[in-house]
Amino acid sequence: MGVRRVWTGNEACAEAAIAAGMRFFAGYPITPASEIAEVLARRLPEVGGSFIQMEDEIASIGAVIGASMAGAKSMTATSGPGFSLMQENLGFAAMAEVPCVVVDVQRVGPSSGVATHPAQGDVMQARWGTHGDHPVVALAPWSSRETYDVTVKAFNISERFRLPVVILSDAMVGHMSEDMEVPGSLEIVERPRPGVPPEEYQPYRAAGDGVPPMASFGDGYTWYTTGIVHDDTGFPCTGHPPTIDRAIRRLNSKVTEDVAMYEEYWLEDAEAVIVAYGSVARWALAAVKGLRAEGCRVGLFRPVILWPFPARELAGALGRAALAVVPEMNLGQILGEVERAAPKDVRVVGVNRVDSRMISIQEIAGVVKEACSS
Amino acid sequence: MTGGFARTIQTYLRPERLPTIWCQGCGNGIVIGALIRALAGSGVRREDVVVVSGIGCSGRASGYLNLPGFQPTHGRALPFATGVKIANPSLMVVAIMGDGDCLSIGGNHFLHAARRNLDITALVLNNSNYGMTGGQYAPTTPKGGLTTTTPYGNAERAVDIPALAQVAGATYVARSTSYHALELSGYIKRALVHRGFSVVEALCHCPTQYGKMNRLGSPVNMLKLQRDLAVSQARAASMPAGELAGRIITGEMVKPEGQGEEDYTTAYARVIKRAMEQARPVEETHECIPSLSGGYDPPLGKPTLLRVG
Repeated sequence: MGVRRVWTGNEACAEAAIAAGMRFFAGYPITPASEIAEVLARRLPEVGGSFIQMEDEIASIGAVIGASMAGAKSMTATSGPGFSLMQENLGFAAMAEVPCVVVDVQRVGPSSGVATHPAQGDVMQARWGTHGDHPVVALAPWSSRETYDVTVKAFNISERFRLPVVILSDAMVGHMSEDMEVPGSLEIVERPRPGVPPEEYQPYRAAGDGVPPMASFGDGYTWYTTGIVHDDTGFPCTGHPPTIDRAIRRLNSKVTEDVAMYEEYWLEDAEAVIVAYGSVARWALAAVKGLRAEGCRVGLFRPVILWPFPARELAGALGRAALAVVPEMNLGQILGEVERAAPKDVRVVGVNRVDSRMISIQEIAGVVKEACSS
Repeated sequence: MTGGFARTIQTYLRPERLPTIWCQGCGNGIVIGALIRALAGSGVRREDVVVVSGIGCSGRASGYLNLPGFQPTHGRALPFATGVKIANPSLMVVAIMGDGDCLSIGGNHFLHAARRNLDITALVLNNSNYGMTGGQYAPTTPKGGLTTTTPYGNAERAVDIPALAQVAGATYVARSTSYHALELSGYIKRALVHRGFSVVEALCHCPTQYGKMNRLGSPVNMLKLQRDLAVSQARAASMPAGELAGRIITGEMVKPEGQGEEDYTTAYARVIKRAMEQARPVEETHECIPSLSGGYDPPLGKPTLLRVG
C-alpha cells in the first residue's frame, strides 16, 4: 500500500520520474509544464541527480540525449512551442537509439496559441514531428495517478526499446490537483547492456529482439554514433542502399512486444462507442454514465497509448457498434486513426473544440444521441 | 614525422575509416593532428574522453578519431556535450565544431556553455565559410570576402571568436592557425587540462571553396598567408590599429589565474551536497491528506488496463 498524496499531474510526473530512476533533467520554462522543472530542480539534487535549465528547448533535449548516452536516465518537459523546437534532436534520438522521455503538457496552438488552457493539438506532432520515418511511443494520461504510472512506463518502454517516449499530458491534467495513491512498489526496466568485451562491441548489432545493447560513455567501450544513417558499427553507410533500408526498417519495427494500453467501459452491448483520451476521456466517461442511465447502449474506449495506435484493439472494441464518437480538443487528429481502424459499417463522428475550453459532458452526450437517432 | 608520433597517430585514428572525406590540401587534418598530439600529451586514457562534433566538414573529425564520440545535429554539439559532462563529470569532453556550426546555428549554445564555465574544450575550426555545402558565407567570413552567397563581397562583419568567448565567460581562450600546428597543439593541450570552459580557435585554410573564390592560391600559398598575416598578441599590443587590419592575432587571450574560476560541475556538486543535507525524509515533505472522494469514480464494470511488457 503506497502513501496518499494530493498532487497535480505535473507533480506526479516529476515524482514518478525520480522513482523510475531518472537522474538528469534539462528543460526550459514554459507554461503549462514549468512545475515539472521546478519540482525537479528541488528534488533531483536531493537524490544525487542533476537539474539544469538550458538556454532553450533545442539545447534541453540535446543535453538530455547526451546525458542518456553517458548512462543517465534522462527527461525533459515542455509544451507545444518547445516541443516543436525539440523535433530535430528527437530525430537524432530515434536514429542513434538513445532512450529519453519528453513530457509535452499540451496547450492551445498553433504558435503561442493559448498558454494556460488545455488542448490536444500535438498528437500528430508527436507522431510525425521530426523528418523521416521514425519510431515513437506516446502516452496520454487522464489523471494525476495515471500520469505517475505512465511516466514510469515511459521510462521502461524507452529503456527497453531504446527510443524517445513522449508523454502527451495537457494543461488540465498537468495543473489539476487530485488525491492519489503513490504506488508502493514499481516494476523498473533498464536498458540492455553489452555482454561482449569492448573490442567485440558493435553498437548497432541488434540482438534477436531488434534492440542493440547500449554501452555508456565512460564505461570502457570506445563506441561511436551519428545521426547519419549508420551500419552496425555506428559509422556512416550512406553509399549502400540495402544497409540503409535495413537500418531504417529495423528502427521502425523494433517495438515488437505488445505495448497496447487502453481501458474499456461497457462495451459488451455498446451500439455507440466513444473513443476518447487524456482529460477529455473524463468528460466522455461521465457522458457514458449519463447516457447509460437513460438506457442508451453506449460505451467508452480509452486509449492510454496513442502511438503506436492500438488499432487492432479498437477494431475489436467496435465489434457490435454502428457508431464511433471521437471527442478531441483539436480538429480531429485521432479521428483519422479511428476511421482507419473501424470496420467499414461503423460511422465515425468527431466532437471538436479548439476554443481553449473543455468539451462538456452535454456536448458529447448530445452528439451521441443525435447520431444514434439519425 | 617522428616514429613516436606515427605510433600516436595510429592509436588515436581509426585507419579503417581513412581516407577522410576532406579535400586535398584541406587544413582540417593538420588541426586534428594537433588535437591528437594534445590528447596524447594530456595523460588521459582514450576511454575517458568523449568527442562530440558538429555537422559540416570538421564535424566528420569525431568519426576518424579512435575515441568514444558522436556526431549529433547541426549546431548542437555543446548542448549534447553538456549532458555528457554533467551525467559523468569524470569524462574529458571535447567539442569539435566548425565556425558556422559553433557561431551561427549554435551561437546561443556557445554563449551559455561559456557562461556556465562547463569543463568542456571547444575546438573551433574556422575556415571562413561553409565548405561542405558549397562555400556559402559564414559569420566568420571577412567583410568584403567572396563566397557563393556573397558574390559581390560580404557586407557583414566577421565575428571575433576569442573576443566573444572572453565576454561570454570562457576561462581559457586561445587562437592559432593550421600553419602554426605545434603552437596550436600546445594551446589545445592547455585547454584540455584546464578545468573550465576552454575555447581554441584554429584558423584553418579551405583551398577548395574560400581560397578559390578569393584567389588565395594553392594550399601552400594559403599556409604562407597565415604565416605572414599572423601576429602575436604581444606584438599586436604595440602596433598601431591601422596596421592590424586583416592580420591574424594569435596567442592565449584568456588564461586562468591562480586557482581559476570554479567550473560548473564542481559548483553543482555543492548544490547536490546542500540539497542532500537539507532534504527531509520523503514522508515529511508532503502532508498526508486522507482521501475524501475515494479517488476518481470507479467505473461500473471492471476496466481492463493492459500491462506493458
